Order: sequence, then C-alpha cells, then structure tokens
Amino acid sequence: MHSASLPCELTVQSELGGRAYPVLPNPPDKRGLRSSTPQPSPAPIFGESKQAEPPHLDRIQQQNTKSAKRAPPTASNMAHVATGKPVGGSKEQSGGGLRYPTSGKTIYHRPLNRSKTSELSQASFAYLFSEMISYAQKRVTGIQDLEKRLNLQGHPIGLKLLDLLLIREPARTQARPLNIIALLHFIKINIWQHLFGRQADRLEKSSNPDTPDEYMIIDNEPLVNAYVSVPREMSQLNCAAFVAGIIEGVCDGAAFPARVTAHSVGGKEEGEMWPGKTVFLVKFQPEVLEREALIGKG
Amino acid sequence: MFSSLITCRYRSAFGDWLATIFALIIINKAGGLIYNKTFHEGGLNKISTNDYLVLAGTFHGVHAITTRLNPLKNVPAADRIPASTTLAGGPGMLTRPEPSSGLEVLESENFRLQCFNTMTGTKFLLFTDTTQANVDVTIRRIYEMYADYVMKNPFYQLEMPVRCDMFDRKLSSYIRELNNR
Repeated sequence: MHSASLPCELTVQSELGGRAYPVLPNPPDKRGLRSSTPQPSPAPIFGESKQAEPPHLDRIQQQNTKSAKRAPPTASNMAHVATGKPVGGSKEQSGGGLRYPTSGKTIYHRPLNRSKTSELSQASFAYLFSEMISYAQKRVTGIQDLEKRLNLQGHPIGLKLLDLLLIREPARTQARPLNIIALLHFIKINIWQHLFGRQADRLEKSSNPDTPDEYMIIDNEPLVNAYVSVPREMSQLNCAAFVAGIIEGVCDGAAFPARVTAHSVGGKEEGEMWPGKTVFLVKFQPEVLEREALIGKG
Repeated sequence: MFSSLITCRYRSAFGDWLATIFALIIINKAGGLIYNKTFHEGGLNKISTNDYLVLAGTFHGVHAITTRLNPLKNVPAADRIPASTTLAGGPGMLTRPEPSSGLEVLESENFRLQCFNTMTGTKFLLFTDTTQANVDVTIRRIYEMYADYVMKNPFYQLEMPVRCDMFDRKLSSYIRELNNR
C-alpha cells in the first residue's frame, strides 16, 4: 500500500486491535469503520462494549456513502467505490472508554472549592427541572409514582452533596453529624445554603406522641417550585419531591436511613401569605431512634 | 381639596374610570385564544367565551392583513440607493419599504387596544383606558411573566389554553397595583 492509505490502516488497528476482527490493510465487508464525520447515532461513552459487537447495517451504509467521498483516491479505494464495497477513512484516535477534553483536565482534576461560590442561572435550572418532570411523567401510573421518580432523581445528589459539603468544611468540623438534630441542622443550614442560597425557614419536631420519628423541614417558597403551577387534577403533587429525594440522600449517606416526602401546606394555615409553602416530612427508620436513645443514655 | 383632586384624576365627565387596564387577551400563533382575563368590571361590555374566541380569531386575521399592507413609496432621487445595488433604477423609482410588523394600537373613543406580537407570533392584547400611559412597558412586563410562569411551567403544553395559578396570581397583583395607583 502507498503512504496515502496509511491513516486508514492505523485506524483499523486502533479500533479493532485486540478483538476478533482481522487487521487488514483493506477493511473487511460490513464491519464497523467510523469516519470522522459526525454520526447520526449518539457517540458511545462507554465505547468498549458497543464497538465489540458488529454495528448496525444501515448505519454502516450511511457511513460508506460519506467516507467513500472523502477517501483518498488510491487504486485500491477506487476499486471499492466501483464495486460498491465499503471504504473507510478516519482520523479519530479515541478508541473507547471515557472521552477526555483536549486539555486533559476532567471534572475530577478541578479543585473542590472551585465552584463553592459560583451561581447558576435560575432560568436554565427552571427549564432543566421542567424537562426532568416531563421525563419522570412518562409511563407513570399515578401521582405517588411520579413523586417517587422525582425522589429517586434527587437521591444520588444528596449522597454526593453530603461528602462534598463536609470535605469543604474546615478540618475541625468535618465530622459527620452524629445525632438527628445535628443532621437536620446540617441540612437546614449547609445543604439549603449550598443549593438555594439561603437557609430553610423552619425546623420542627412532630408534636404527635405516636410519631416521635417524624421531623419537619419547612420552606416557605421552594426554589424548585418557583415557576411550577400544578394543574388542579394533580393537586396532590408537589414537585419539591425532588428536594425531598436530596434530603433522603443526605440522611441515607449519613447513616440515618429515612423516608422523606414533600407536602404542600400553603394557603391552609397562615392564609395566603406563602401559597407555595412546603413541608418536608422526614421519617426516620426505627433503628435510628433506637440508636439515638442509646447515645442519649450514654 | 385632596378629595377633589382624586375625583378629578379618576372620573371623567361621563363618570368612567380613567387610567385603568380593562382586560388582557393572549392569542397563540395559530389565532386561537389561549388566555383572557378581565381586571376591571364595567369598563367594557361583557361578552361570552364564544365571542372571545371569535374576537381572537378575527383579530388574528386582521393583524395578518395589516402585516401585508406595504404601500409603494416614491423616494426622492437623492435618497435612493445606488443603481448598482438595485435591479431597475430609473428616476423617480418606486421602492418597497420593509414590511410592517402589523397592527399595534387601535384607539376608540372609549378604549385603547395595544397589541404586542412576540418573536414567535404569540399576541398579547391589552385593553386599557384611552388615557393609560406606558402601556408598552406594562405589556412587556406581562410578557415577562408569561415567559416565567407559563413557559417555564412543566405542566403547560404549548399552544394550549393557559391554566397556571402562579401566572394568574402574579398578573392579578401586578395589574391591581397599576389600577390602584
């Protein structure tokens, strides 16, 4: 082969090397060769598993028409064009796995405190949250189900936030909260301050003696609901279930397993002052209270 | 003295309220009525929902016609564009100006109708008293509220009637504030 078709060979090796496909100077029929033009299908993030299986036929044909035009007109390539067989040419070097930015710095290379004081546009969050709700609304059976899904979307955020915010604390106060009150204060102050730029409005303990495991975090106007008007037929729904999921994640991460739900109470108690007032009901598991009682005695 | 001042300000010789915003109508890009709200009773005659739909559709048509009204203008020779950029450049040439954006204000003896057409073709019609000032500012503020509380609402479907409590609430309090000033 001549020097003109060398890039072609290189790509075949880098992509198919170590796999069952034979490395040939000329590509085998109907095998996955990726041209450097943008593909209609999403680029694989975890490329290894996707590339191992033979790609789909119609995708290849689409690529062939594209790559045939771009391939250098060597004798062997011309022969392929004439017979209608695939010809590949590619300069893409990333064979698979995670894709790195050109600077080589991923999000893990950044200093932890870098985004400590940065703020996001509320409008872009509103649109994102709107799509998250639309996404959660697909194939749900009821409002309970929808709230459950929003809760699940928030849960991993809470787990990670607990670690992030604790590590940002000065070394003396990096300890995890050890009792319920400390944990709830951490949520009310640190988590709220980080997420919404202010503290939660109130923290209450259930006054009902039957439910000593219930605590309430009260937010008069949750930021996530700033632009959300729930339709009348779904009046039970409170989209702050997403925030409830975050709280639940924090509680679970701190080893205080709990169920957290969001309830709208606006317009019932204190008039129309806070129509979007939301109570996050934190219900701890029995073992948490058991442990709490033991610590109290000690 | 003070009370007479107030009367002067709010009552004309006919006993109508002055400086009042009467109603708002929002028309989607297809000419369908998606929102209507009356803020002040008595300023305008009440019409049925069906009539509102007809009104919205009719206005949409009229607005479409006004955007096509694009008369030829006789431009003096000095202001004319150089002949190289135009195809037929004779003396006293007729040039067609940029098409207009359509009807903006409709004024009658009793009310004033201001139309605000957004980039996407949604129209906001505000019915006010003839003496109402800064209607364009008001209507832009309403557009902002629409962008916030309707377009960012996950439960709103595009081009469908607006049923958003939050939008209703914010709009009412804003207009109430203006009407009581």
